Amino acid sequence: MNPVNDTLKPEERVLYALRGLYQRYGYSQFKMSKFEEYDLYTGNKDFLVSDGVITFTDTDGRLMALKPDVTLSIIKNSRLMPGSVQKLYYNENVYRISGSTRCFKEIMQTGLECIGDLDLYNLCEVISLAAESLKSIDPNYVLDLSHMGVVSALVDVLGLDDERRAAVIACIGEKNGDGVRRLCPDKDVSGILALIAAHGKAETVIEKLRPWCVSAEAKAALEELSLVTGVLAANWCDGVRVDFSIVNDMNYYNGIVFMGYIRGIPTGVLSGGQYDKLMARMGRNCKAVGFAIYMDQLERLNDEPRPYDVDTLVLYDDCADIAALTRAIAALAREGTSVRAQRTIDEKLRYRRLLRFGEGGIEYGE
Amino acid sequence: MANSLINVALPKGRLGEKVYGMFASAGYECPAILEPNRKLIFENEATGVRYFWVKPSDVAIYVERGAADIGVAGKDILLEYAPDIYELLDLNVGRCRMAVAAKKAFRDNPERTLRVATKFTHIAREYYAGLGRDIDIIHLNGSIEIAPILGLSDVIVDIVETGKTLLENDLEPIETIVLISARLIANKASFKFHSDQIEAICKGLARQVKE
Repeated sequence: MNPVNDTLKPEERVLYALRGLYQRYGYSQFKMSKFEEYDLYTGNKDFLVSDGVITFTDTDGRLMALKPDVTLSIIKNSRLMPGSVQKLYYNENVYRISGSTRCFKEIMQTGLECIGDLDLYNLCEVISLAAESLKSIDPNYVLDLSHMGVVSALVDVLGLDDERRAAVIACIGEKNGDGVRRLCPDKDVSGILALIAAHGKAETVIEKLRPWCVSAEAKAALEELSLVTGVLAANWCDGVRVDFSIVNDMNYYNGIVFMGYIRGIPTGVLSGGQYDKLMARMGRNCKAVGFAIYMDQLERLNDEPRPYDVDTLVLYDDCADIAALTRAIAALAREGTSVRAQRTIDEKLRYRRLLRFGEGGIEYGE
Repeated sequence: MANSLINVALPKGRLGEKVYGMFASAGYECPAILEPNRKLIFENEATGVRYFWVKPSDVAIYVERGAADIGVAGKDILLEYAPDIYELLDLNVGRCRMAVAAKKAFRDNPERTLRVATKFTHIAREYYAGLGRDIDIIHLNGSIEIAPILGLSDVIVDIVETGKTLLENDLEPIETIVLISARLIANKASFKFHSDQIEAICKGLARQVKE
């Protein structure tokens, strides 16, 4: 029994494990203030998961925002030397509009970012850390990988205007083959339908898609995906799958993007990818890859109700010697179980054993 | 867990019964569902499915939040609430259209803000934003047809099946926004962990779809 682990809530236990994991791989913690100048978000609004930002005017008249995102702050503060790589992790609260309620919510987010002169190793390391992170939350996980290069190349073949192109990409995200057919009655959409149907173990999916990836860009993208999934498979990342329904915003993301799921949690808990295009938009001439884990989702993990609220309930009366009672309760608490002292029994309190505190101290006779 | 039951949210009513018929023909029958009683949940371990009846507009919520692994919802609901789900198949039943309707004598005056009464505020807003038209949205929960008659709105945006209700109220459809039919939807996380079962159901249903 590990008393620390037993006391922690699932999300706290995960946080503790993840911090250790990221530090072991040489990532250092990035700590920042709760506020950021609003200007940072205006130019990159679409990068944010939700469109609302809580703003306020600071005492000096500057328009500030409660952080809706961490990645943009990390990029803004990055000081990169040519050829160097920065490895950072964070654990911060962000403030976003929650999808279903349309109200602002404080969300705890943990994640890591690797930016700079990245190579294939860095990419594989970040994705395998994403898989490891999911595994440390629950061994029943799936990490879906997609490649924006493959999706983009197969959609390009159709030669659509911007509006229809965006609609087709949205349909790929919904696995909505009927929608693609309806949008492009005049085109051969078999490549897109193959893309939607292809999901599962990397080696099978990649082979199925090979005949459709004929352009140089598509071939290169598929090859990169194949290389990365090969490395991950050789490193026991057994929950890794390929699924092209992850279609992050192409103005920011390029290359490999991924999404992680845990059995029993109805939405994705981890989201990430390569965002070299965002780096370029923010005037940084380098590559970047990272991911975030939405810790608020983890509350639903292992939420089996506890059979008892407290191990021991000690009842005392008005005549009790308070000094002796305090000593007795402290002694019980030191045994490692929970103890609660009160004068009456709450109707709804569930306890494992009931003891009374009398003139001679704790009475174990009950 | 590989063979756990797949939870299916079906829309209460005529459409739901029709859709259940498709599930049954695809090999996922659950005869208890047809018994006349007020039960809402039915399961058949042999076929691996658990059905439950919910309000049609709630199906997407059950699926998005994972209480149901899959479900059947109208495209109108999916467009209006934009849930984060997979839309796996067009079942081609419950066909109707989302349309703009107005009094027969209505003449649009583009110099004025158009007053639009609807249950589907998101769809209406998107449609008119696409046309660049300034509108005043009036959200109603039912009996939309009387809004133009009483002068509450200039037009309505609503589902039109046969057009009979419109006709009886001296209204006519003037524009089709989008065609609607029932869709098979799936929770994204459930799809990851039950993809074989969900895909088998999807394939079975695809064989029942009539063009």
